[in-house]
Parts: sequence; structure tokens; C-alpha cells
Amino acid sequence: MAEIAIPKGGFGVTEAIPLRKIGPVERLLGPETYRIVVALLKTPVSILGFALIAFFIVVALAAPWIAPPLHPNNPYDIPRDGFRAQPQPMMSEWNREQPPLPAWWKPIMGTDQWVHLLGTSEGQYDLFYGIVWGTRTAFKTGLIVTFVTLIIGIVVGSVSAYYGGATDNIIMRGVDIMLTLPFILAALILAAVLTPKLGRSLLPATIALIAFGWMGYSRIIRGDILSVKQRDYVMAARVIGVKDSRILMRHIIPNAIFPTLVLASLAIGDVVLSFAALSFLGIGTPVGYADWGQTLSFARNWITDLSTYWYIVVWPGMTLVLFVMGWNLVGDALRDVFDPRMRGRGGA
Amino acid sequence: MTTYILRRLLLVPVLLFGVTILIFGMVSFLSPVERSALYVREIPRNDLQLQAVIKQYGLEDPIYLQYWHWLVGKVNPATGERRGGILFGDFGWSRTGSQPVADLIRQRFPNTLDLTLWAIVPVVAVGIWMGIQAAVHHNGAADQGGRVFSVIGTSFPTFVFGLLMLMIFYANLRWFPPGRSSDWASQVILSDQWRSYTYLLTIDSLLNLRLDIFVDTMRHMVLPILTLAYLNWAVFLRVTRSSMLETLRQDYVTTARAKGLPEKDVVNKHARPNALIPVVTLAGFTVVALLGGVVITETVFNYPGIGSATADAAANLDVLTVLGLALFIGLILIVANLVVDVAYGFIDPRIRLD
Repeated sequence: MAEIAIPKGGFGVTEAIPLRKIGPVERLLGPETYRIVVALLKTPVSILGFALIAFFIVVALAAPWIAPPLHPNNPYDIPRDGFRAQPQPMMSEWNREQPPLPAWWKPIMGTDQWVHLLGTSEGQYDLFYGIVWGTRTAFKTGLIVTFVTLIIGIVVGSVSAYYGGATDNIIMRGVDIMLTLPFILAALILAAVLTPKLGRSLLPATIALIAFGWMGYSRIIRGDILSVKQRDYVMAARVIGVKDSRILMRHIIPNAIFPTLVLASLAIGDVVLSFAALSFLGIGTPVGYADWGQTLSFARNWITDLSTYWYIVVWPGMTLVLFVMGWNLVGDALRDVFDPRMRGRGGA
Repeated sequence: MTTYILRRLLLVPVLLFGVTILIFGMVSFLSPVERSALYVREIPRNDLQLQAVIKQYGLEDPIYLQYWHWLVGKVNPATGERRGGILFGDFGWSRTGSQPVADLIRQRFPNTLDLTLWAIVPVVAVGIWMGIQAAVHHNGAADQGGRVFSVIGTSFPTFVFGLLMLMIFYANLRWFPPGRSSDWASQVILSDQWRSYTYLLTIDSLLNLRLDIFVDTMRHMVLPILTLAYLNWAVFLRVTRSSMLETLRQDYVTTARAKGLPEKDVVNKHARPNALIPVVTLAGFTVVALLGGVVITETVFNYPGIGSATADAAANLDVLTVLGLALFIGLILIVANLVVDVAYGFIDPRIRLD
């Protein structure tokens, strides 16, 4: 990468200074971000992670094409082929309530008969449909919860760090209290309290995950701000009488926020996992909603017969694992890139 | 050290107050009718009686009064008998359990304790061993293998892993069943000849000299232990590895090597003890987390611990039971966290100066 700039004629000072070509992308991103992006794109592990994430994004976007809904107004209701309890094996034919045939089916298989590609679960819910549309549910909840927790975390953490003293102490003790209960348990109880009030929908679980999910961010951002706060330019801004809120918004947060932002964007995998855990426990979405956790919970009544009905665990389970793994792989590579000890060793 | 312990102890009342407020805040989401289960067994159907109960137990009082009654209970003026009061261990009546919440806790918590005791040993021992192997063979095959292992471990949701375990080891191989004990064993346990010394089934079965029941109980615990172990190994591996790598870079390790000590002694005697300090805290917090009732693991394996009790009540929207259990778990965790923190202060002198 590094090359020596050759002075044109003359023997200027530039002669001895090695110059690196700085491309437009690096100029746009700034050196630190650029280093991280390049390192991520060079690590095979994170490339695999990005590929998995990209795959799921495509599935989510193309869901109406991959698995056309029976009722276009309620695409998240999994179509059910009758009401029998026993799951049906993979590739068995649709009998009732058959949704439209997807456009890609005939060219590949050569028939007009739409089947239960991955079988049906308890109550004849089509697994393939549930998994495909569940991808949308996963992204929806993951993005919303991550975004809102991040905002709350940033606000609380920055207020706490900027004012310090008693404010800081009170807020951080509040955070300690919120962290006393294990995350899943806390989310579970709040969702259980909210479900009778709000009805069964995405809402109770989403609110519960938000309510108990922001504390980690507020701690991280607080620490980062405390270190940025010591810098000279903050002092300078204070001296010339800039308002508190402006110093916080314009000078401190933009300089402290980057690590938190990146970590948060990768937390989507964990959020989706927690959400699935809540619906697995039977809290949250109405029965038959396209949602991986609930699809998996149908398997709970068939544990003794899983040798026959293995597909009701394996397909939704593997989908969830691959989804979470995509985010984890990128996160793992990122942790190495962020680690200052790894700096200057050719990235990750 | 004394100051550190005192400061840590002073935090306990704050946390206790905070957690009770948190839980009571959620209790107050409920309607007065639902809240009456805090004090009476059966919520009266009759409207008039219902109003009487609400009035008698002050379920429409101002919120701070209700909080006080929730804490210390309320005396029935007619009989002079105290009802409710979480400080006296009365958490109300559990609709789904058809028994007082306190009895539910008494029944379920020993099982969770039992699982914790048996799970923590393989989790810590094997996790640390793997982390050290990964660090000693930095970037070697063991390290890369450990990396794959830990990414898979952190990506597997507990319930997916648990269901797969059940599929393989129960549905297909019939080796390890879910639940707590087989029918024949439960009959013995419920009979007169069984004496409960500790209420931990594994230990009681040994004390009753029933090796067959001990084996039966352990067979039921293999899968939950394996699930908890696998998911926690990934974390232990990571923490041990990075701490060990850090320690191996210290000057005193180089000195030891320069003196010509065999690498085995350098690793085992010089580096390892110091590298394990953060791991000890992690182990402490893992015990705490396990004690808190591993909600999902217990539910998947139908293990009758406090976590599955909470999940069952939540799924049936028996909110009062859920909150009672959560409060109990919160109190247990506050105490357990205190113990871990103080122990950490003894192990690592740096933390006391913080």
C-alpha cells in the first residue's frame, strides 16, 4: 500500500516522507472507519457472515414471491392445511386452503401441484411458509428493538455521563436495579404483564425487550463519553459559552458513538434470538403468526416422536441458528478489528 | 477490604428497594380484582363479595399504601389474621399452581439448586481447559477449532439446541429422558419410606442409600446439564483465552521462560493462576445466572425448577405468580451477587481500590 512519492525535480522535504494513496472512499469514511471496513471485507469469517445476512435480507424482501400468501392482506397468518394435530411429512400435497403457486415452482419441478416443501407442523401450519415470512418478522422486530434500545441507551448514558455527580449516581443505580433480574426473565415477566392489556401481538414482547435491553448501551456510551469529555475541544467549547445540549449533541456524542453504533447493529441477531425465545415460551404473537420461535414451540408436544417428525425442529431451528450466526460471525471479526492490540497486524 | 465490603453492603438495601419497586410497579398494572389474589385464595364471583374484598384489603387505596400492604401484609380485622406481605414470605395465591406461591417456590427451587450444583462443575472445568488450550496454541489448530466451536455455541438458541438434544438422545436413542425422575422413582420419593434431608434429590437419594434413584435422577439431568454446559463453554472459552493470551505476553512470563523453565511449568504455574482471575468472576456470575432459574432450559426439558414454573405461569398469563417468582429470584440474585463481589475482592486486590 505504502509508496514513496517521488519529487518532480527539486529536493523538497517531501522526498523522505512516505505517502499513502488515499482513495475517495477512505476520504469519505475517515481513516478509522475505513480501516475497520477494509479489515472486515478481508476476513473470510466476516464475509461468510455478511453472505448469510444478505441471504436473509433477500428472503425477507422476496417473501411474497417465494411463498405467495393466501390472504394478501394478512400475509403473516400461516396458511393451514386442515386442523389435524399430526405433522405431515415434507413434500406432502396441499389439500385445503392452498395458497397461490409460487412462480418459481413450475419451471423447476414441472408440475402445478404445490406441496408442503418442508412439511407441516402441529395443526397443519406450513413450515416453509412460516420460515419464509418469519424472516420478515425477525428483521422487523430486530430492527425496531435495536433502534429504540439504542436511542434510549444513548440518551440515558449521555445524560448520566455529561452531568456526572448525583445524577450519574442515581441513573447508574437505576441501571443496576434493572440488571438484577436475568434479561430473558425480566422480559418474560413484563411481556406477561402487558399481554392481557395489549392483546396477543408483536407489541408486548417488543416493548419488553426494549424496556430491559437498553442498559448495556447506556453503560458503554457513558464510558466512551467520560473519556471524550476530557478532551480539549470540549473544554474550549465550554469556555466560549456553548450551551450544554449543543456541546453534547455536536461535540461529544458524534465522537463517542461509533463503537456503540457498530456493536448495536450487530445485536440484531441477539434481539431476534430473545424474541424467538419469548414466543417459544408462549408469550407474544398470536397462534399461527409467521414467527420462528412460535413455529419451534409447536414441536414441544411431539418430543417423544421427534425421530419421526424431526423436520418440525430441524428446519425452523437451523434457520434461526444461521440467522443468528450471520450476525455473530461479523461481530466476532469486528471484535478483533476493534481490539487495539490487533492494530497494525494486517487487520484481523 | 472492610471499606470495600461495607460499600458493597450499602448497595444491598438500594437494590432491594429498587427491585421491589420494579416488581410492584408491574403488579400495579393489574386490576384490583386480579390483585386480590395476593390476599385471598378464591376471587369471589359475586360482585358484592368482590367489592368487600377490594375494600377490606385496600386494593383501591393510594399506591404507596398498597405498596406498604404488599410488603407487610394486611390484617383481617374480623379474624385478626395477617394475609399477604412479601416480607413474611407470603407471595399470594398461585392460580396455575393451585397453591400458595411460596409453596410453589419451596417445591421448585431445590430442583433448580440441584441442577446448578451439577451443571457448574463441567461448565467451569471444561470451559477453562478449552480456553487455555486455545491460548497456548494461539492461532493453531486448537485455537481455530475453539473459535468455530464458540461461534456455533453462541449462535445456538438454548431451545433449538435443547430440542435437538431431545431429538437425538431421547426420541432416537432413548438414553436420556426429559423431566425429573421416572414414574417408579417418583412413587418411591412420594412414599413414606423416603426421607428428605436436603430436598436436593441427588443428595437425598444418596443419603437414603438408593443408588438406583440417584442414577435415575442423573439420567434426567444429563441433557439440561449438557445444554447449559455447551452454551456456557463458548463464553468461558473466550474469556479464558483472551485473559491467558494477555498474561502470556507479560514480562514475568518471558522471565520465567528465559530462566529456562519448561513451558508446561510456565503455563501451569506462572501464567494460569493470574489468567484465571476474570474467569473466577465469570464463574460466580454463571452460578448466579443458573440459580436465577434457567427459564428456557428448564422449560424445554420439562424440568420442574423455578424457571419453568415462571415460564408456565407466564404462558398462562398468571401474572401474580410470575411476579412473585420473579421477586424471589431477584432477592436470591442480589444476595448471590453480593457473595460473588466480596469473593472477587478477596481474590483480586485491585478491585477494592476502585
